[in-house]
Amino acid sequence: MLHAWVVATLVAVTAGCVGFFVVARRAAFAAHALPLGAFPGAAAASLMGVNLFWGLAGFSALGVLVIGQLQRAGRREIASALWLSGALALGVLLLSLSGRYAQSVYGLLFGDLLGIDTTQMVVVAACSGLTVALVAWVARPLLLDSLSSELASAAGARAAALEFAFLGILALATAIAVPVVGALLVFSLMVGPSSAARAFTDRPWRALAIAVGMCLATVWSAIALAYLTNWPVGFFVGVLSALCYVVGRLRGGTAALAHVT
Amino acid sequence: MGEMSAVGLMGGFWSNQPVRVALAVGGCAALVCAVVGLSTVMRRQAFAGHALSDVSGAGGSAAYLLSINPLFGFLGIAAAAAGLMEWAQVREARERDLLTGVVLGAGLGLAALLLYLDMTVRSVSGAAITVLFGSMFTIPTSIVPVALAVAVAALGASALIFRPLLVTTLSVDLARAQGVSVRTTGLIQALALALAVSLSAMTVGAILSTALLIGPAAAALQVARRPASALALAVLIGLAATWGGVALAYQSYYWTPGHGWPVSFFIVMLIICAYLAASAVASRRAGAPAAVPLSGCQDH
Repeated sequence: MLHAWVVATLVAVTAGCVGFFVVARRAAFAAHALPLGAFPGAAAASLMGVNLFWGLAGFSALGVLVIGQLQRAGRREIASALWLSGALALGVLLLSLSGRYAQSVYGLLFGDLLGIDTTQMVVVAACSGLTVALVAWVARPLLLDSLSSELASAAGARAAALEFAFLGILALATAIAVPVVGALLVFSLMVGPSSAARAFTDRPWRALAIAVGMCLATVWSAIALAYLTNWPVGFFVGVLSALCYVVGRLRGGTAALAHVT
Repeated sequence: MGEMSAVGLMGGFWSNQPVRVALAVGGCAALVCAVVGLSTVMRRQAFAGHALSDVSGAGGSAAYLLSINPLFGFLGIAAAAAGLMEWAQVREARERDLLTGVVLGAGLGLAALLLYLDMTVRSVSGAAITVLFGSMFTIPTSIVPVALAVAVAALGASALIFRPLLVTTLSVDLARAQGVSVRTTGLIQALALALAVSLSAMTVGAILSTALLIGPAAAALQVARRPASALALAVLIGLAATWGGVALAYQSYYWTPGHGWPVSFFIVMLIICAYLAASAVASRRAGAPAAVPLSGCQDH
């Protein structure tokens, strides 16, 4: 349980930092597509018996390349929808062939807190440290680019490189978060709290801090509730994230938020 | 595998009851999805369509818990979510994207809980696979008439709003000037989307049904130059992929002895092949821009 607690805290901090930019850059679909696209990686890892994390990281990286390429070709929505369906179908095939079916599918899609061991905890800690450091490194140009790409390119930032960096960070966050909250629910932790945070302040860095705080609150309550009720943690993460969004909507209204992001 | 044995397999194929049910339900799903998918793609609602199909998984899981017809489960939740998103509709594209994401997250959370309860309370261990990834060969025969009725309703709704929807998609102001009720049209479209998505969730499963909804329509819009030909092509691609997928999955029992490959895998892969082929055709045409105004699905 202690492992679960530590790992979930790390995941929440990472998701808060990354989620802030997901919301600012309107990348909800990408944040949904990357974890789902990483699903066959987890299936392949379980087929070959290697650490889950490497499979997830590998397919997340592949996802970054594919989505980046598709974005350049236009028609982002369609192509990423098809790509993620294809990746999922491949994942189903791999799982079906490996014979490890129902239970592992459920764990991968909706998260499995109790399956975390010490090795995984060390990997997650290292990666979330790296992710937060990367976010801190590119935060200023990335935010400027999200607000106005013209302004950012005038200031000497390269839009393509920034987008690539953003997707890379998203992929890294995905790889550590999927085993904990599951491929289907990673993005709800990124989108819900961060979109609510905009209602409480119009300063970007303060909004980021609030987003991280709300993510932590969401994850901690989700774990506690899951422990008490014995229900899956993914349910509480999904519902509490949506609740955050509702609170934000009630507090702020949408018009006032437009200039924050 | 020789010609003779393939013919022999096909003989068994047609007389096999689960296969017939799969072909009937899959055919309904492909037909409806192609029609509704066209307007979904043209209105750039791919993410909303994807969200609805994922969320409908919660309904499918609830159906196991309540032991009701799974189609009604998919349908109930999909219609509720479509209504919610249409009701809370926000003007800005940015907010719509976030709202869709939030509804999707909440729905998936609910699906997680219901699937867990399926496994623990009802001890249906395969529920997660069946609901999320479909299993066409286990569809009960009793679903066929319901599926037909749902298909007819969805096609009727689409036909009813075909013209107003086309005008609204081109320009909201133009539609208002012509006396079209944009709100009602949107609601009927959302309902048709919910019907299509729940049929397709029965076929390829909740989280793969996006492929059946978006794929054939997007492929057809890339190469067709007129709405009618786009419609015909989308229906053709959808039906071919679905029935081809069923046939391939049936054959796959002989590739890995005693263990068939998932039908959904073949259907999705065939659809993606069709999309890639359509892209290739579209980019080979020198006058590719001719297809652009119709497809309307470029990145904004």
